[in-house]
Amino acid sequence: MDHKIVGKNTQRLDAVAKVTGRAMYTDDFFERDMLVGKVLRSPHAHARVTRIDASKAKALPGVVAVLTPADLPKIKFATAGHPWSLDPGHRDVEDRLILTDKARFVGDAIAAVVAEDLLTAEKALHLIEVEYEVLPHVLTAEDAMAEGAPLLHENRPGNIVSSFGVQFGDVEAEFQNADVIFEGDYETSIVQHCHIESMSAYAFVDSDGRVVVNSSTQIPHIVRRIVAQALGLSWGRVKVIKPYIGGGFGNKQDVVVEPLTAAMSLAAGGRPVRYCMTREEVFIDTRTRHGMKLHLKTALSREGKLQGIHMQVLSNTGAYASHGHSIAMSAGGKFRPLYDFRAIKYEPKTVYTNLPVAGAMRGYGTPQIFFALESHLDDIARKLEMDPIELRRKNLIKLGHQDPLTKNVVRSFGIPECIAKGKELIHWEEKKKVHQGQTGHLRRGLGMACFAYASGTHPVALELAGARIVMNQDGSVTLQVGATEIGQGSDTVFAQITAETLGLPVDMVHVVTTQDTDITPFDSGAYASRQTFVTGIAVRKAALEVRAKVLEVAARRTGLAPAEMDIRDRMIVETSLGRTVCSLGDVAMDSFYDRLLAAPITSDTSANVRINAMSYGATFVEVEVDIQTGRVEVTELWNIHDSGTIINPKLAEGQVHGGVSMSLGAALLEQMLFDSVTGKPLNPNLLDYKLPTVLDTPKINAAFVETFDAAGTFGSKSLGECPTISPAPAVRNAVMDATGVAFHKIPLYPQVVFEKFREAGLLAERSVQHV
Amino acid sequence: MLTKNAAGVKARKRLCMTVNGRAVEIEIDIRESLLDVLRDRLQFTGVKQGCSVGECGACTVLLDGTPVNSCIYLATWAHGKAVVTIEGLAQDGKLTPVQEAFVDEGAIQCGFCTPGVVLSTTAMVDSGKCFTHDEVRRELSGHLCRCTGYQKIVDAAERALREADIAADEHPV
Repeated sequence: MDHKIVGKNTQRLDAVAKVTGRAMYTDDFFERDMLVGKVLRSPHAHARVTRIDASKAKALPGVVAVLTPADLPKIKFATAGHPWSLDPGHRDVEDRLILTDKARFVGDAIAAVVAEDLLTAEKALHLIEVEYEVLPHVLTAEDAMAEGAPLLHENRPGNIVSSFGVQFGDVEAEFQNADVIFEGDYETSIVQHCHIESMSAYAFVDSDGRVVVNSSTQIPHIVRRIVAQALGLSWGRVKVIKPYIGGGFGNKQDVVVEPLTAAMSLAAGGRPVRYCMTREEVFIDTRTRHGMKLHLKTALSREGKLQGIHMQVLSNTGAYASHGHSIAMSAGGKFRPLYDFRAIKYEPKTVYTNLPVAGAMRGYGTPQIFFALESHLDDIARKLEMDPIELRRKNLIKLGHQDPLTKNVVRSFGIPECIAKGKELIHWEEKKKVHQGQTGHLRRGLGMACFAYASGTHPVALELAGARIVMNQDGSVTLQVGATEIGQGSDTVFAQITAETLGLPVDMVHVVTTQDTDITPFDSGAYASRQTFVTGIAVRKAALEVRAKVLEVAARRTGLAPAEMDIRDRMIVETSLGRTVCSLGDVAMDSFYDRLLAAPITSDTSANVRINAMSYGATFVEVEVDIQTGRVEVTELWNIHDSGTIINPKLAEGQVHGGVSMSLGAALLEQMLFDSVTGKPLNPNLLDYKLPTVLDTPKINAAFVETFDAAGTFGSKSLGECPTISPAPAVRNAVMDATGVAFHKIPLYPQVVFEKFREAGLLAERSVQHV
Repeated sequence: MLTKNAAGVKARKRLCMTVNGRAVEIEIDIRESLLDVLRDRLQFTGVKQGCSVGECGACTVLLDGTPVNSCIYLATWAHGKAVVTIEGLAQDGKLTPVQEAFVDEGAIQCGFCTPGVVLSTTAMVDSGKCFTHDEVRRELSGHLCRCTGYQKIVDAAERALREADIAADEHPV
């Protein structure tokens, strides 16, 4: 299809605002008489508060309020950023209070102070007297499920949030009839989002008595609901504002600081209160990525045809459920539209432990599942002496595949081309030959891994998106969407969709990026890589409505039928002759000022999207492993994506770069560490937590195989989370290719790599050679 | 408010500096960081706070032309010095070549690390030196970014350096 704007590198709408420092983030707004909030956190991993005395803190000059659990509503609420479910059986786990009198992890929020300034607030925290009855704690899922383990939440026996799973086919029969059966154990570590902007909000009560919360969030409309629920307010009394956001990656798809910040303001008589977390607090008391342990058992034919898989997953969700079991469940569904198994038994358990709370993070469990599965497939290929690429190719599903459980249909399937392209780009065959017979301490290897992902959450959750377009007097339009720009570039993509549909240049589409739940159309927000796919459908619908209305007014002016005209570059054109009949500006002025027929051209619509589209891709990577030091260096990397039509290639590349970098961090460097005795976090800062710097990051190559998916706007599918899935297993597989050593846990940081090499005899082997 | 700190030292001091070319005279608490003063008192909110302990580089400003983490730089140390924040780069609405390079290369996503990286790149360009690819990466390694994988940031910095080099050749001083 011939597009004028879709598929082009339209400059980000907010680029100039951001490069000049004029873009306003939550902390950049100042209210007069603004107070600051601070939180008192538990030093114990598991403890009951037996006494709390805030009188000294309250007496400190400059302290405006002290909040303890007793001062707040006893309403348990859920924090996950999901659409509300009318069916109580499908709601998120309501296990949270704003402040708790039972600490469930080191850093759990016990009390809060509101003061005139930060120093006073800090001082006041030290004046709050708390006595704890320390309880035994558990840090691993296995310990948490053991008999006699301390219970974190009274109504969850065995500390199990849920063990609901899915299956189809007869997996036991597949194992009985299989030529070969493979088993493997895999493990991923707890990592953190590390958005550079902290978790932050401020709240006040406005002159109408409404509770206003300005928050760095991915989900303003959901924040409104949950603040109201947590505080027992009528939902309409809460108003949430989302300005520019300094990164979210799923952490801000959860309601973390907003209910407390609102409670702080209410305790301070409605005065504005800011609660901006320190970096340490962001590590400890926001969300993390679930550490998972996975046991895979796979049945195959002798020729390498996958037949059945039994996947057992232990997902450590920390002290509160947050997104709970949704993550394990969502992730377990993603490989089904990639590999063709006759039978699948997926048995996940999501388990409470006394660790920081795990929640949504870019990929939503899928990186963990694919780390295990893609490592497992390479382990199988190695044992069967098969080419790992051939093993995968042999087992791909076919176009038109319908998932037996979700009923989602694969309408575009570019993975075979992604694999072929990746193999060619990295010069797989040539490099394989070059790598043969390496004996030195620096060894190179090749690895690859595939993934599949969805576009939004259908059919699991509601996929509702809102868009509103108002035409201005000059023929430009103002677009409002409920989906949130958090840095990924969605506002720019929506402007491109609107401009393409309306025959406008992009600079005549003004997107309202600051969102306000009073004004912004309803939409559940930025997550599940849903914006371009789901909200794109709403935006396209609104733009088509505006287009129809424009042509109606033009018909009135010209006497031509609307169907005989088109909008091209701000002009109304008689299609058959290519003749300009009037300008869009003329139509707009008529719509505002015609004494008889004036009716401004607007559209205010929503789309309830009950369809999904699978996105695909693969990572191809070459690594160089230093046997002497355990250091793994990525020497070449390609991520090839089938995300349907790419609306904006430059933005798409940016998504791939960031996602790959996040996955490489998890593969090689990042993990949150905890004292195994006390449960205290050991590296809750950006120095000791090894977030990749530019020096740690190799060149990342992004490539696309553009398919057309009939379900998506202009053929587009999801991309945002996709690049975070396959790099880690590809690196792991490349290390195995280089050294023959199979790693089963990430990150592969030098110490563990070195120790495993020593265990595998690689060091001894080398010293013998050099005698 | 406090006038003396725990050690009994007078805790307030007059600070004179220039910010983006304009003279600023302000009474501050000596414990305040340059970041606090720039953001909270002077409202230069383009200076971002990411960690407050010198790990992320988001709060970078130029101090007499040198990039520093303003969060771990006491405001009083800036006395008599020239501070440039991101707000001080574009003049009359016209972006600097470094800013243009960041926009054109698509080096901006959430934008939170952007002011700091742009200022560090500006310092490189202003130094008039030539930088290898690895030197550019080293110079920028104090800036953490979670969105871009640093790819387009390095592209933008190298483009800005390249164009400055060409400009210098065309207009020899």
